Amino acid sequence: MEEGKRLVELIPRLRRYARALVGDRATADDLVQDTLERAWAKLHLYRRGTDLRAWLFTVMHNVHVNRVRSTRATDVLDEEMPELAQRATQTDALLMRDLDRSIARLPADQRAVLLLVTLEDMSYEEVARTLGIPIGTVMSRLSRARDKLRAMLLGQAAPKLKVVK
Amino acid sequence: MSDELHVDEAELQAYADGRLPSQRRVAVEAWLAARPEEAERIAAYRRLGQEVRAAYEAMLSDPVPERLARAAARVPLRRIAAVVAWLALGALLGAVGGWNLRPERPLAQAPDTTLIARRAAIAHATYSPEVRHPVEVGADDEQHLVNWLSKRLGVKVRAPKLDEAGMALVGGRLLPGDNGPVAQFMYQTQNGRRLTLYVRTEAARNRETAFRYARESNVGVFYWIDRDVGYALASADLNREELLRLANLVYKKLEP
Repeated sequence: MEEGKRLVELIPRLRRYARALVGDRATADDLVQDTLERAWAKLHLYRRGTDLRAWLFTVMHNVHVNRVRSTRATDVLDEEMPELAQRATQTDALLMRDLDRSIARLPADQRAVLLLVTLEDMSYEEVARTLGIPIGTVMSRLSRARDKLRAMLLGQAAPKLKVVK
Repeated sequence: MSDELHVDEAELQAYADGRLPSQRRVAVEAWLAARPEEAERIAAYRRLGQEVRAAYEAMLSDPVPERLARAAARVPLRRIAAVVAWLALGALLGAVGGWNLRPERPLAQAPDTTLIARRAAIAHATYSPEVRHPVEVGADDEQHLVNWLSKRLGVKVRAPKLDEAGMALVGGRLLPGDNGPVAQFMYQTQNGRRLTLYVRTEAARNRETAFRYARESNVGVFYWIDRDVGYALASADLNREELLRLANLVYKKLEP
């Protein structure tokens, strides 16, 4: 039952990643719920002592791929942007909306790599294992994702953010 | 010579993520120093990383829906309330005290960076409407003000000159903060529009950040962290563009 407690603890991180990955909270929470249920069903496959978080993100990735495959027709981005969590409105809502929208426009493969590296701070090896791809592919997708995201945000001519050294 | 160096794209990505061993980092830095466009591209990737983390940070303290707590814990419904309450407490502590629910991996973004904006907005809303006592020590005694606040904060604080933007120093005061005393400087235009600069010391784990903007009811705040000092520039009288211009000016004036 140790794992059960850890699963509960990992929910906020699963939700954050899922939210960034799929673009709206309701779909994200559906994905998290499917992931948790799947994790319980497959828990006998999890090797104790290994990284439960990495395992869980692998489960989520597989669930996500299956969901997208089965709902391809509806996997079109909304023209209306979904809301971020409430606290986000305190910070720059405009910038975030642009960012959120741009991330949603990235190809799904690249988006997953970018988010696992950026949000989860996963090593490139962990990302490769989680997504079941070679590390060279991780690096090239990361590079392309950043390149595109930067181009999209530059194109929007958003207010220039100056960076403190 | 730079010809001897070979830096590939994967290494640049790893550099942007701060993941290169120090020897390679030095090599990449040298390589970038000779290529300003590439340096700007990699710097932009770093900024993007910060912004992406900031954009979704709130999800970590968002209350966990019951159906998810239930799916994770596989416990009967009546026990769920306790689990949810526990998570909510964690989120609350996370938001208030910088205590993180999942401490095994430090978040690149310290959890309390948005707090400075809120504190600064509250301090602004409290003192800027004051007619008779907006500050404790007036600008006519600026040297004393700055020495006093520097001594209490334990770092050298300065009241940047903003005259070129039409903002004259009114004075400043000492405020209680989350991690010790905080300084507030107040400025105003000739027609009485006010601006406050909130200055506090930051725990070392806080990184330097880009300018961020936040709004608390009618107070707009630009805030940033520079090494161990956090700054938040607040005003209820200026719009976002005006405030950003002033934030840039303040930053420039504070550069050593």
